[in-house]
Amino acid sequence: MSTINKKRQLGRQVSIVGAGLSQFGAFPEKDSRDLFVEAFQDMVQSMDHGFDIEDIECAYVGNYSSDLFEHQGHTAPIVADWLGITPIPITRIENACASSGSALREGVMAIASGMYDVVLVGGMEKMTNLPTDGVTDVLASAADGLYEVPAGLTFPGIFGAIAKAHMDRYETNLDHLLKVGIKNHENGALNPKAQFQQTITTMMERRKARAEERGQTVPDWKSDLDFLNDAQANPWIAWPLRLYDCAPITDGASCVLLVSEDIAHNFTETPISIAGIGQATGKPLHDSEELTSLSAAKAAAQQAYDMAGITVADIDLAEVHDCFTIAEIVATEDLGFFAPGEGPRAVDEGRTALGGDHPINTSGGLKAKGHPVGASGVGQVIEIYHQLRGEAGARQVKKTNPTVGLTHNVGGTGGTCVVNVLRRDS
Amino acid sequence: MASEFNSTAFYNNLKDEQKLVGVKCQACGHLSPEPRPMCPECHGFDMEWHQFSGKAKLNTFTCISIVPVAMAAKGYGRDKPYCTGIVTLEEGPRISARINGVDGSNPQSIKTSMDVVLDLEDLDEESPSLAFKPA
Repeated sequence: MSTINKKRQLGRQVSIVGAGLSQFGAFPEKDSRDLFVEAFQDMVQSMDHGFDIEDIECAYVGNYSSDLFEHQGHTAPIVADWLGITPIPITRIENACASSGSALREGVMAIASGMYDVVLVGGMEKMTNLPTDGVTDVLASAADGLYEVPAGLTFPGIFGAIAKAHMDRYETNLDHLLKVGIKNHENGALNPKAQFQQTITTMMERRKARAEERGQTVPDWKSDLDFLNDAQANPWIAWPLRLYDCAPITDGASCVLLVSEDIAHNFTETPISIAGIGQATGKPLHDSEELTSLSAAKAAAQQAYDMAGITVADIDLAEVHDCFTIAEIVATEDLGFFAPGEGPRAVDEGRTALGGDHPINTSGGLKAKGHPVGASGVGQVIEIYHQLRGEAGARQVKKTNPTVGLTHNVGGTGGTCVVNVLRRDS
Repeated sequence: MASEFNSTAFYNNLKDEQKLVGVKCQACGHLSPEPRPMCPECHGFDMEWHQFSGKAKLNTFTCISIVPVAMAAKGYGRDKPYCTGIVTLEEGPRISARINGVDGSNPQSIKTSMDVVLDLEDLDEESPSLAFKPA
């Protein structure tokens, strides 16, 4: 414990100069390698000054479980082959849903060490091959298979237990959770890469229209919240969490190009620098210090803030790991945006919305953008990259000239947390 | 040197001895309901068996409707959710456990901080799991 709080610095600075995302959704005909190539093509086409693929010296790819989802192990060399970049070294990183967050960290350190100048990092997950109960089992294997899974805990179940603890300890109620989802769907509706490009209100109206077309009784929902409180429309998954509290099952991939800062301007006039990185580790929930907080998130955030030389007040916007709605509320408290227990009220007051003082998950978050688990960490970085460059289109934050953004990527139920601070240098 | 402190022993003790047996660190006294060969607190390797009383309080819980394959085989699902959560053992440590003897389809009726005790009645021989029930 004595060394965790030591202030750390990179050996040299690292910049992001390109970013690419596949479409997020369900694509029965595509394998994870195809999704990665799609993300890579998106990155190549977005490079400001173009780029020679031969410049890539090393790669890291985050992937949680191609083994169980696709019956394919050792996926990293397959990606290298599909990109035609053999024989450069490529390594798969597995840290559950934080796999590509950790892959990015490895890429940053590979450049900071002085060994490489140009490194490709990304992530991918192909999840929709399995039925829902199969996906539930695969995700549950990120928890403790000897002492949590036999107790019947699932991945939503553990976050359900966190939500119940938060409701017992603070003023948190079920509507607070649902409002996180409503907000993230509003942002997702503005993201052309998102799995759900619809607001909850739009989804509700379409359901009503469909019932009318079929001559069925048209449900009497008065508002989006009314719709989400209907147990028929929004069934329980793991009380107190319902379907619309959970990120979906998604196929997708993400990648960014990292370079040493001194050559960044060869690639773009607007590089985004990695100002701070943090990663920390937590215990199973039952052994955690608190049941309403992820200790790894707090520790990772402190590392990243210290390295970047910032405080939480300097952060203009954040992408946080909303695998479940409660996870977003807990994240905004762990990161220090709001005091413990104040996260729900901040949602109520619209402070985390696109036009709020702490915009959270402008991409739609994992909830609406989708959550191909191994791709999500770098996916978050890509949203911040576009926001800081002022190119996020309809979902560009309302704040003028955002310069500092944060990503918060959680593996499992807090076993791993990766926090990055990104900065646009003037 | 093979350690005797492992999950096989934990579940065998539940099944065969009807006891919740974990470990205690001989150096610092740290208790762990999960048998482990090394103390996570002082990093010592001298562990000894420690029987827990089986008395606990319900700390937090969830009622699961979308169930894993193994629980579906036991008849649980959307129409029959089950309760699971975290209990605080009388001796201090917390552990994840099934909560039996409560209505999983009526979570409002389940009270956190209620007293619970070890429940061995519903133990599955093939894949045993730790369970508690209202005291």
